[in-house]
Parts: sequence; C-alpha cells; structure tokens
Amino acid sequence: MNKRINIQKTYKLYIDGKFPRTESARYIKWQDSKETTLVNVCRSSRKDFRNAVVAARNAVNGWSSRTAYNRGQILYRIAEILEGRREQFMAELTLQGSAKKQAEKEIDQSVDRLIYYSGWADKYIQIFSRVNPVAMPYFNFSYPEATGVVAATAPEESSLLGLVSIIAPIIVGGNTLVILASESRPLCSITFAEVLHTSDVPGGVMNILTGYRSELLEHFSSHMDVNAILYCGSDPEEIRLVESNSALNVKRPVVYPDQDWSKEKAQGPYHIMKTQEIKTIWHPIGV
Amino acid sequence: MQSGTPTYTRNIDQVNAQERVTKLFSRSIKKESKIVALNTVLSMIDLTTLEGKDSQGKVKQLCYKAAHLHDQFSNLPNVAAICVYPPMVPVAKKALNGTGINVASVATAFPSGMTSLDTKLEEVKTVVAAGADEVDMVISRGKFLQGEYDWVSDEIAKVKEACGEAHLKVILESGELVTLDNVRLASDLAMAAGADFIKTSTGKVSPAATPSVVLIMLEAIRDFYKQTGKKIGMKPAGGVSKAKLAVQYLVMVRETLGQDWLSPDLFRFGASSLANDVIMQIVKQSTGVYQSTNYFSID
Amino acid sequence: MKTEVKTLDFNTDWEYSPALESTDHIHIQEPTDLFISGEFIPGVRGKYFETINPANEEKIANVAEAEKADVDLAVKAARKAYDNVWSKMKPTERGKYIFRIARLIQERAREFAVIESLDGGKPIRESRDVDVPLSAAHFFYYAGWADKLEYAFPGRDAHPVGVAGQIIPWNFPLLMAAWKIAPALATGNTIVLKPAETTPLTAMKLAEIIQECDLPPGVVNIINGGGNTGQALVEHADVDKIAFTGSTEVGKFIMKTVVGTGKKYTLELGGKAANILFDDAPVDQAVEGIVNGIFFNQGHVCCAGSRLFVQENIAENVISKLKERMETLIVGDPLDKNTDIGAINSKIQLDKIKMYVDIGQKEGGSIFQSPCSLPKMGYWHAPTLFTDVSQSHRIVQEEIFGPVLAIQTFRTVDEVIMKANNTPYGLSGGVWTDKGSKIFSLSKKIRAGVIWANTFNKFDPSAPFGGYKESGLGREGGVEGLMPYVNLV
Repeated sequence: MNKRINIQKTYKLYIDGKFPRTESARYIKWQDSKETTLVNVCRSSRKDFRNAVVAARNAVNGWSSRTAYNRGQILYRIAEILEGRREQFMAELTLQGSAKKQAEKEIDQSVDRLIYYSGWADKYIQIFSRVNPVAMPYFNFSYPEATGVVAATAPEESSLLGLVSIIAPIIVGGNTLVILASESRPLCSITFAEVLHTSDVPGGVMNILTGYRSELLEHFSSHMDVNAILYCGSDPEEIRLVESNSALNVKRPVVYPDQDWSKEKAQGPYHIMKTQEIKTIWHPIGV
Repeated sequence: MQSGTPTYTRNIDQVNAQERVTKLFSRSIKKESKIVALNTVLSMIDLTTLEGKDSQGKVKQLCYKAAHLHDQFSNLPNVAAICVYPPMVPVAKKALNGTGINVASVATAFPSGMTSLDTKLEEVKTVVAAGADEVDMVISRGKFLQGEYDWVSDEIAKVKEACGEAHLKVILESGELVTLDNVRLASDLAMAAGADFIKTSTGKVSPAATPSVVLIMLEAIRDFYKQTGKKIGMKPAGGVSKAKLAVQYLVMVRETLGQDWLSPDLFRFGASSLANDVIMQIVKQSTGVYQSTNYFSID
Repeated sequence: MKTEVKTLDFNTDWEYSPALESTDHIHIQEPTDLFISGEFIPGVRGKYFETINPANEEKIANVAEAEKADVDLAVKAARKAYDNVWSKMKPTERGKYIFRIARLIQERAREFAVIESLDGGKPIRESRDVDVPLSAAHFFYYAGWADKLEYAFPGRDAHPVGVAGQIIPWNFPLLMAAWKIAPALATGNTIVLKPAETTPLTAMKLAEIIQECDLPPGVVNIINGGGNTGQALVEHADVDKIAFTGSTEVGKFIMKTVVGTGKKYTLELGGKAANILFDDAPVDQAVEGIVNGIFFNQGHVCCAGSRLFVQENIAENVISKLKERMETLIVGDPLDKNTDIGAINSKIQLDKIKMYVDIGQKEGGSIFQSPCSLPKMGYWHAPTLFTDVSQSHRIVQEEIFGPVLAIQTFRTVDEVIMKANNTPYGLSGGVWTDKGSKIFSLSKKIRAGVIWANTFNKFDPSAPFGGYKESGLGREGGVEGLMPYVNLV
C-alpha cells in the first residue's frame, strides 16, 4: 500500500508580522512525550530578540493610538480565528501531552479569555480613569495609558491558555509585546502566531520567539528599550535576574508565579493595569 | 509681517492671569516702603465726583479738599486731578487755580457713550475750551462687541484730535467687555488710536476695576511701549477705596512696568473715598495708633 | 528697520522693605531625637548630626542619627503596632486619627511653615501657601479613604501590605512626609519614615503632632540619618514595602537592593520635563508658567519644567519677556515674605548646580542670569537661563535640580514631540497653546505621568502624580495613590 508522506510543519518565529527563521540558524529538537514526533523549533538568539524589540517599538505608537473599539474588535477576531483552528490546536496540545478533554477545555477557555479581554478594550479605561476634584479652578483627569514595549516569558505549563492569559491584557491595553514561548511546549505558540497573522493584528504588535529561557531572559530583562518585563515562573534565580536587570532602566517588573491559569482570578482588569501608566492632565477652567 | 510686529496672540488665560495677580498681591509692603507707597498713591489720585446730584457747592468743597488733604499733617502731596462732569469744569478750574491740580472732565456721553459722534466731539471741544486739562472718554462698547473695531478706533482718534493739548484717557468699561481677551484687544486698539491713558471703568458698571483687568491693561501698555517706544498711562477707576488695594496695584505697576510708571504722569487712581483711607494709613504709620474716620474730613 | 530696544527699569526708587516672618512662636526640640514607638528617644549609640539653616549656614539643632540598631527598633515597633493594633482597628477609627493629624497641621500651620523655610531654605511664601496647606489637604483626602477602600478596588479586597519603609527627599520635606504617611495609614499599614538628612525638622514636628493625636505607639516612627540609615531601612528583612522619592540613581539602587525579597516598592525619581510653548499660547501667562515651572522652590523640583521649547517664530519675544520677568524675581532671605527664590538647600546641591552652569557655558550655551545681589553667607544661586543649546548639551539631558532653564526652539509639532520624549525621564510635561485639540493631541503623545496644559507645577491630593520610564514606578495621590499600599486579593 502506498502510504502518503505527511507534510511536516516548520515552526518559525513571528517577528514584525513575518515568520522568519532565527538569524542564528540554530534549532532545538522537540519530541513529544512518546518520542515519536520530531519537530525542529527555532532557537532564538539575542539578535532575534533585538529585532523583535525594534519591531515592537515601531508598532507601539500606531497600536496604542488605535481606538479602543478597534483593539477590542481585533481581539475578538483573534478569538474567532482561534475557534476556527480548534482542530490544529487540539492536535498540538495532545501532542504536547494534554489529555483530549483537557485540551478541549483549554481551547474553550482560551477563546473565552480573548473574548473576555476584547470586551474590556473600551471599558478598563473607564473603570480606572478619574476626574479629580482638585481644589483649584482646574479640570483634572487621569487615565491609564500603555506602558510601551513589554517583554514577557510565557507560562511554561499552560502553553495556550497561559500564553493567551498573558498576551491579551498586555495587548488590549495598547502595548506591544515580545513573548518567549513555553520552552517545553512551544508548538501552540507558533500556531497562535499564525492566528494572529490572520486576525488584523498589525505587524510588530505581537512578536513570538521560541528558544531557551536561560539564554534569553538576561536580554529580555536588560534591554534598555523595553518598558516592562513580565516573567511567568517560580525560579528564584530567574526572578532575581529579572528584578535586578529591571533596575537598569526602571523597567516595570511583573512576576506571575506558576499557577493555574484556568482559575477565575487569572483574568480581570487588574491584569491589564499591570502594564499601564496613569497619566494626569491639568487644564485651567476660565473664559 | 512688519518688523517689530509680534506674532504671538493677544489671547489671555483668565486663570493664569488671576494667579499672577494673587502672587503680586501677596507682596508684603511694610515700614518705610509702605509710607513711600501711600504718599505715591495720594499723588496719583483723580479725586472724583460723577453724580447726577453734583452741584457747584459740592465741586468747590471737593476742590478745597484736593488741595488740603489733611492740614494737620504737613508734607502730604496733593492729588493729581479732580474728575468731574462737563458742566463742572469751569467751577473746578476756578477753584483749583494755582494749586497745580489738574481738572479732568468725563466726556463723550459718559458713561454710556450712547450719542452721535458729532455730539461727542462737540462735548469734548467744549470741555477743553472750558479749561479741562484731561478728558476721560468712553469707548463705544456696543460697537466693539459688534466687532466694529475700526469704527471704535476711528472714534477714539477723532476724540483725540478734538482734545488738542488736553490729555486723553480712554475708558474701556471692562465690566461690559467681560473677557480679558476683549480688554486686551480694546487696550491695544485705544493705544494705537491715540490714547494717552487707558482707563478701566466709568465706575457706573459693576465690576469696575478688577485686579486681573488692570494687570492685562498694564501688560498691553508694556507691549505697546516695546513696539512703539510710547509710554501710555493707566488708570484703574471704581472699586479702589482702600489703601491696601491701592498699594497692591502699585506693586503690580512696579513689577510689570517699572520705575517710569510709578508716577502720576503715567498712573492714576480714579476714586472718591480712597484719599481718606490712604491718609489714615499714613497717620497710623507715623503715630503707631489705629485711626478713626472722625478725624478725617469728608467732602 | 531695526527698532531700538526699549527697556523697562525695575531697579525702582521704591524698594520693598524687609518683611520678615517672625520666628518667636516656633519651638524646635534640642536635641531632636528619634520618634520610635510613640516616644522621642536618642539613638542607641547616642550619635547626633547638625542640621543647618542654608540661608546663613548656622546650626539650628542637633538631630539624633539612626543606625542599624535604631532602624531595627523602629521596624520592630511598627511591626508590633501593625500586628496588635493598626491592622485590627476599625477603618473608620483609623480614618479619624488621620483627620486629627490634618487638623493639627492646620492649627500649627505657621510654625510648620517657618521651620520648613528655616531648615530647607525655601521662601516662606511657598511653605506657607503651598507646602503646609497641601500637607494638611493630603491627610484630609486620605483620611476619608480609610473606610471606603472597597469602592477604590471593585472586584477585589484590599489588604494592607504591613510595615512600610518610607524615604523622602529634602525639596518638600513636610509635603513628602504627608504624601507617604497619609495613604499608608489609610490603607492600614504602619510606617518607618526617614526624612532627608538636610531637612529633618518639619517631619519631627509632625512626629510631635502624631504624639499629640494619641496615634497608637509604633504606627508611625520617624528616624533620621543619611544614606546609611536609608539603606538599613531598605534592607531590613521585616519591611514589606519601600516608598522612595529621590534621585533615579538611588531609585535604581533600591530596586537592586530589594531583589528577591518580594518587597513591594514605589519610586518617585528624577525628571527633565519639556515645557512646550506654541505661538498661539497666551504668552504673558505662559511666561509666568515658565517661571513657575523652573524657579518654583529654587528649581528643586523633580517635575520642574527645565527644558523649555519655544516655537521659533515667537522665541525672541518670549525670551525677552522671560528675561524681564526674571529681573523682578526677589532672591533672598527665605523668611522674608517677599522672597521669590530662597536659598539652595545645601552646599552639595549648590556645587552641583554651579558645575552644570559651568558645563553649560563651556559647551557653548549663552547664559543669562537675573541681576540680583546674593547674600554673602549661605547657599545661593541666581535664576539662570541658557539659550543656544540643543538636545546634545548635557544641561539639556541631565537633571540639575536647580534654578537653571535650558531653552530650545522648535518648528513643527512632530519635531517638538520627538525632542520632548528624547529623554530617559518621563515625569511631567507642559503644553501652552490656546487650541484645545492641540492640547489633547500633545498630552497624549508626551510620555510622562503628569501633563500641565496651560499651567505648570500644580499639585493636589486627589490628582495622581508619578512618572513614566526612569522617572519612577507607581503613583502618589488620588485613588491610584492607595494602590502601592495594598495587596489585592
């Protein structure tokens, strides 16, 4: 019997709205738990990260000045496309070791989470904005604005829901992002990049790298043009590195210890506020 | 654009202007500087009576007061001028003969300005012929608010011409112009049209002189001087009845225009009851005792 | 046609006589001890340092210096008060204590103002009209929050953090103490506060008030000392949160120090604000705003408008108006009610300012200084501006923290936004224009935490304050000012 040869997927990086291979031409062999499937994943270098930050920086003005409505629509679009690619994510999640039921639940929750944050796009600003009754003839108001370029490491254990839970609140708030995918479960993250690519997300807004955290965290946390670093994990040494390097340019360090991303409080507007700045504006009231 | 013409706007921010006033008015004027200030204020007063019930007798009494502010106290300066309605000019002129005190007459259908230009010019010529040294005209606020700035400007120019040698003070009636933007525009317009002085108010409309209006007019005078080299005088009128406020205005003049304007030649107060309060303060400063109005003549 | 220059003569015959605020009614403890657990006590090793009046270099008082052991005592007192009293107290009662503090500051306003000017060199008019009333207002504002926190954080429960270590600067000694203490108390934390070494006295006066208020012992502890004392506080293992206002350099050091400890922190750091003046701005008010932006408090203001950008077509005019305005600034005795610019806070700071002025001249900047005579004793610096400078000049890039303004011109909106943001700092910014839509556009594009549109250097307890980028982390004031002192569950 003639067996059809499968077309195997090449897992590439996602930088500036394109899918390049790592400039370093290095790769990581990835095998599933049964050690049957073999995939070559890009081993990103610090230069890939640098390129991604440049792309993110270039995209930040445009993205943060989109209307909140538009950002919400784009997040909704991501959810729609994700829903449509359900099969592919099912395959990858199970390949990465999830039970079928568990994988199904994870996809459901990921879609729901995107829609949840999509709905926040034009509301969190209302919740966290104020008109401040100053004791002078001035109109004074304060509201949240995007911090800027965020570098993040995705949760290691929850490769899709974790990734979405980190990305959505950062992006909905007008930031741009460079995120390092789960090292042990990288497949969904690149497929997720393909979702992003077909969801009207402007190039450079989200950049997804694969590779070794131990190699890249130093650069993620030290880069002087990164405004916030979001670390997911519980390794004390890595946390120390992130916090210490943050001091170089007063980055906003955010640490999410290993956790269950399906729990209720893993979502909410306070997560958006972790990568927001409050701006206060004064103006006289007169004729 | 002509060289020397500023490209900045004349718009005024009301809140910031008020904050500047507050800062200026928080100066603490004590001791020697207070005495100097009070004497200077006295010398800048246009002692004013502008009432329908003014009579020859009333004007004569006021003129005597102008030259004898407080005879118990020597070395007090005289006020700068007496300010009256047109029919009282001859009375005042005669009463003040030899005192060096000027006679100022309001004119141009004061306070409303609501009559024909010809009538206004006739009135001006009459008071000048009767001996008025200074003429206080009102601008046509209706025309100004209608946007007919050229008309307002031409009218001032014609009144100026009718004044001949007499000094022209142009009353903006800021209380009817309402905004500081308008006050600034009217000031610029009046100065360009030939005003020797610009003056806030008739005293018949509330609010009369307010601190922020005075500040904006002083700044207009400063800019006009910078552009043309001409020094225009300033006269707040109405609502300045206390020595403390008058001294605060002096601070404003000092820090906006400097030395040259700290003189009756370029700064006046239009007031009726200010003089006595200033004299009371002077007596208090020299005796150290708080005073009663019973000891100061009212005319 | 070249018109001749018409100058105004501000050197008038009529001069203001000195109007000195009386110092009769003030009382300063000698020596001034540490305030720990509700008592004034000397340091463990009995060491004292002198605090001087920067206007005449005379000693005002000996102040107890806290060493590591004293820091430990203070933190222990705070922990005990937190565990036993303050975290258990009904929020309404907590609020009432804070209201009491506010009232007592108002009642003793004059004493606070005089001591602030004596110890720090700022003009009495500012300490009287700005620092002290705003300090009272801060306590009033946050007192009211104590029993309303559920409305500040919908969907979450706000829990106090624990013991807060707070380190404040010398530019607004009492006001910064208020900014730190009021929200921390309202949210149920206890405090160890360290004022700046050169300006300990008003904070210690505040300690007296806190004692008078019968605030439970240990809820607020105030200790003095320099960098070592501060470091000991930051490093103390039982401090849960650090709140710091000061230089970016020290802020970064604190970030490194707390690495791995899980301590929360907020930082209010340096700035180099752009103050942008368009040709459609109300120019005389803008000039006043520029003066207030850079010369307020001798320029010892982290959010000072130290980089002025003037649209080129009006630059000549604006600079000439500015110079004239500077001539009327009165530099002198901080206790004189007519003083606009007081003494520089310390010799170290004066030397730093002079160094930058020197650098500015060496780098080719054109200098103008207001023609004022400076007293012989004490630390003084004339109001100074530089023209003919660019973004590449050090005096444009670096925070001077003194009365030195660097003026550049610009041509287009894009250019000025680019230059305004061309700095590692992002604390504040100013925009002057009569055009509303331009204000909103620029306010959005300037990357800074506070935007003053047609005004500058305004503060209010209800208005959040804090920086982007290297100007800091977190906000003080307003609802946001509660956030650093709570854990949301």
